[in-house]
Amino acid sequence: MKILVGLGTCGIAAGAEETYRTLRERADNGGPRYELGKTGCIGMCYREPLVEVRDDDGRAWQYGGLTKDKVERLLSEHVAAGRPIAEWLVVSDVGPSPESAYLERQNRIVLRNCGRIDPESIDDYLAVEGYQALDRTLAEKDPEALINRIIESGLRGRGGAGFLTGMKWRFTRLAQGDHKYIICNADEGDPGAFMDRSVLESDPHAVLEGMAIAGFAIGASDGYIYVRAEYPKAIERLNIAIAQAVERGWLGENIAGSGFAFRVRLKEGAGAFVCGEETALIGSIEGKRGMPRVRPPFPAVKGLWGCPTNINNVETFANVPWIVRRGAAAFNSLGTANSKGTKVFAMAGKVRRGGLVEVPMGISIREIVQEVCGGIRDDRKFKAVQMGGPSGGCIPAELQDTVIDYESINKTGAIMGSGGLVVMDETTCMVDVARFFLDFTQRESCGKCTFCRVGTKRMLEILTRITEGAGRDGDIELLEQLAALVKNNSLCGLGQTAPNPVLTTLKYFRSEYEAHITNKKCPAHSCQKLLTYTITEACTGCLACGRVCPAGAITGEKKQMHHIDHAKCIQCDECYKTCRFNAIVRL
Amino acid sequence: MTEHRKLDFRTLHYAGEEGRLIPVLQKAQEEDGYISRERLQSISRETGVPVAQVYGVATFYSQFRLRPVGKNIVRVCHGTACHVQGAKGITEAVEDQLGVHTGETTADRQFTVEMVSCLGCCSLAPVIMIGNDTYGNLKPADIKKIVKRYKDAGAEAVKK
Repeated sequence: MKILVGLGTCGIAAGAEETYRTLRERADNGGPRYELGKTGCIGMCYREPLVEVRDDDGRAWQYGGLTKDKVERLLSEHVAAGRPIAEWLVVSDVGPSPESAYLERQNRIVLRNCGRIDPESIDDYLAVEGYQALDRTLAEKDPEALINRIIESGLRGRGGAGFLTGMKWRFTRLAQGDHKYIICNADEGDPGAFMDRSVLESDPHAVLEGMAIAGFAIGASDGYIYVRAEYPKAIERLNIAIAQAVERGWLGENIAGSGFAFRVRLKEGAGAFVCGEETALIGSIEGKRGMPRVRPPFPAVKGLWGCPTNINNVETFANVPWIVRRGAAAFNSLGTANSKGTKVFAMAGKVRRGGLVEVPMGISIREIVQEVCGGIRDDRKFKAVQMGGPSGGCIPAELQDTVIDYESINKTGAIMGSGGLVVMDETTCMVDVARFFLDFTQRESCGKCTFCRVGTKRMLEILTRITEGAGRDGDIELLEQLAALVKNNSLCGLGQTAPNPVLTTLKYFRSEYEAHITNKKCPAHSCQKLLTYTITEACTGCLACGRVCPAGAITGEKKQMHHIDHAKCIQCDECYKTCRFNAIVRL
Repeated sequence: MTEHRKLDFRTLHYAGEEGRLIPVLQKAQEEDGYISRERLQSISRETGVPVAQVYGVATFYSQFRLRPVGKNIVRVCHGTACHVQGAKGITEAVEDQLGVHTGETTADRQFTVEMVSCLGCCSLAPVIMIGNDTYGNLKPADIKKIVKRYKDAGAEAVKK
C-alpha cells in the first residue's frame, strides 16, 4: 500500500503539509503499514489537499479535501480494513469516480507526470521514460532532423505569441556566433495563470530535458531559467532537479558520453511583469533594469550578452521531450489546422472546479467551462471568460462556442496568452474588470514609451471615474482614442496589448459602460460607489449601523426599523459590514 | 566592519558571473529585510557598479524595499481571480485589523502590508500570504483570527 500526498503550492495552502506530517508520524508510530510518498499537483486545486492511495496491484483511489483530521479515518478504514471511503473519493480506477468528468476530457502531454511522480526524485522521472528523448537526440546526432521534427509537429510557443517553436530554433541555429544560449522563461506574471508554476513544482525534469534538447538543436551549451521570486517552491524543486540531473550525467559536461555539454543556471526574477517580454528578460539576467529594447535584432540573432539566444516558456519546453519520443505525427494529430497539440489552462474565478486542465486545441470554451469545470458556482449565470491576462480580453458567454486555437481566439479580440482563464458570472462588473487590468498594466509599465506610461495612466483615471459614478459623456470615445494610441505607439507587447481588456469589454459590454456613465448604475451591483443602500424589515433597531455611519445618514429609534437618507449616504459600506442581521441591501 | 567582510565574501561568490547585481541585492535584502542607503553604497563599491545604477535597478523591481519592514510581511493577492472573488474586502479587513494602509508598517514593526499582483494560487482565491504561510478561500471575517495568531506569537516572543 502506498499513500501519495500532493504537495504543490495549492495543496500546501490547503493544509497538505500537515496531512503529510500526520501520515509520517502515524507511519513511524505503529500505525498500519504503508509507504508514504510526495507528488506534485494533479491539477484539481478545488479539492486540495489531495491524497492518493495505491494498493499493491496498482489500483488507485484519489481523495479530496483530506485535511489532517481525516487521516485517522483514512488509515483505519481504507488502509487497515481495505474499505475505500466513498464520500471523500474524487476519482478512482475502481468503483465510483464522482469527479471523473474533470479528467476524462483532458489529454495530458505537458501535465503527463504532474501529480503522478515525486518531483524531487530523478528516479521517478527516469521510470516514466525520463531523459530518453534527450538520450535519443544525442544518439541521432542530427540537429537539423530534430528541428524539422519540431516544426512538423506544429508546436507553437505557449507563452502567448504562438510563434512556431521549431522555426525559432532554426533561426537561432543559423545565427552567427560562437556562443549561444537557451533561456526558459518561467516569469509567469499574468495574474490568473499558474500552469508554469505547477509544471515546475510537479515535473521539473521535463523542463530541463526540453531545454537540453533545444540546446543540442541550436548548438548552445548554456541555459538559464528565469523564475519569478514569488514561486519559492518551484525554485526549490528546480534546484534539486538540476543537482540530480548533473549528478546522473543528464546535465553538465559530456552528457551520455556524446561530447555534448549543457549547463543550466537559475535566475530569480525580482518582481517586474515586463520581464516576461524577452528583451526585458535578457536585460534582467544581465543585471540591469528589465526594459524592452527595439527588435530587430531579435534575440535569435543578438540576445543574452549579445549572443544568439533562444527563449521559450516552461510549457513549450515541457512538450518537447514528448514530441521527440512519440514523434511529430502523434502531436500533429491533435488540434486544429493551425494550432496543434494541447493547451494547459489555469481555470479560476466562478467555476465549480478550478484548477489545471490540459485539453486538445479545438475544444470549445463551452466544453471547458460547462463540462470539464462543471459550470458556474452557486448556479449563477455565466457571463464571460477572461483569457490572456492583462494582454488579453473578455469573451462573452454568447461566444462560448468559440474553439480554442490561436486564430479563433484572436478573432474575438482576446489572445490565447499563457493560458489563464478566469470565469466571470453576473456579479462581475466588466467595467471594473477593465479597470483592474489597466491598474495592473499602468503599474507594471516600465516607463520607456510615453504612450504606454502616460496613456495607460489616463485610461485608468477615466475607468476609475466611471466606476465611481463620475463618468462623463464622451468618456467611451476618449477611451477608444487613447487605446488606439497606446496600441500603435508602444515598443513592446505590454503596451501594444494593454488596451485589449478595455477594447473587448467595450465591444461586448458597451451597455454596461453606458449604464455607469448615464444612469450612474452598475448592472452587476459590484461598483460600491454606485450602490443604493437600503434597510429592510429584518432590522431589529440595534443602533449599530447608526453608530458607525460617518455621514450621519442613518436615523431610527432603538428597537425601531432604521432608515438611510440617500442624499447623505456616501456608500462607505460601513453599515453593511456592521449589520449582524443582514438587514441592509445594496442594489 | 563585519558587514563589510560579509559582503566581500558574497561578492567573491558571485565574482566571474556577470549580471550579479540582482542576486547581490536579493541576498542583501534577505539578510537585512530591506536595502539601506549605506548598503546600496557599499554594494556599489564592492561590485564596481555606479551607485546610480544600483539604485536604478533596486527601484525598478518591486521585490526590493528601501525602507525597513515589519517582522511579518502580509501580502494580499490582487490577481484577477482574487479580484473577482473579493480581494478588496480582504484588503480592507487586513488594513482594519492592523490599523495601517497597504505599503505601511505597524508602529510596533510587527507587520507590513503589501499588495501583490498574483501569488499563483488562483483556485483558492482570495488569497493572502503572511511570511511563507498561504491562506486561501478567505472571507473578510476570517482575517481577525489569522492576524491574531501572528500578533500572539509576537507578544509571546516579547515576553520571553
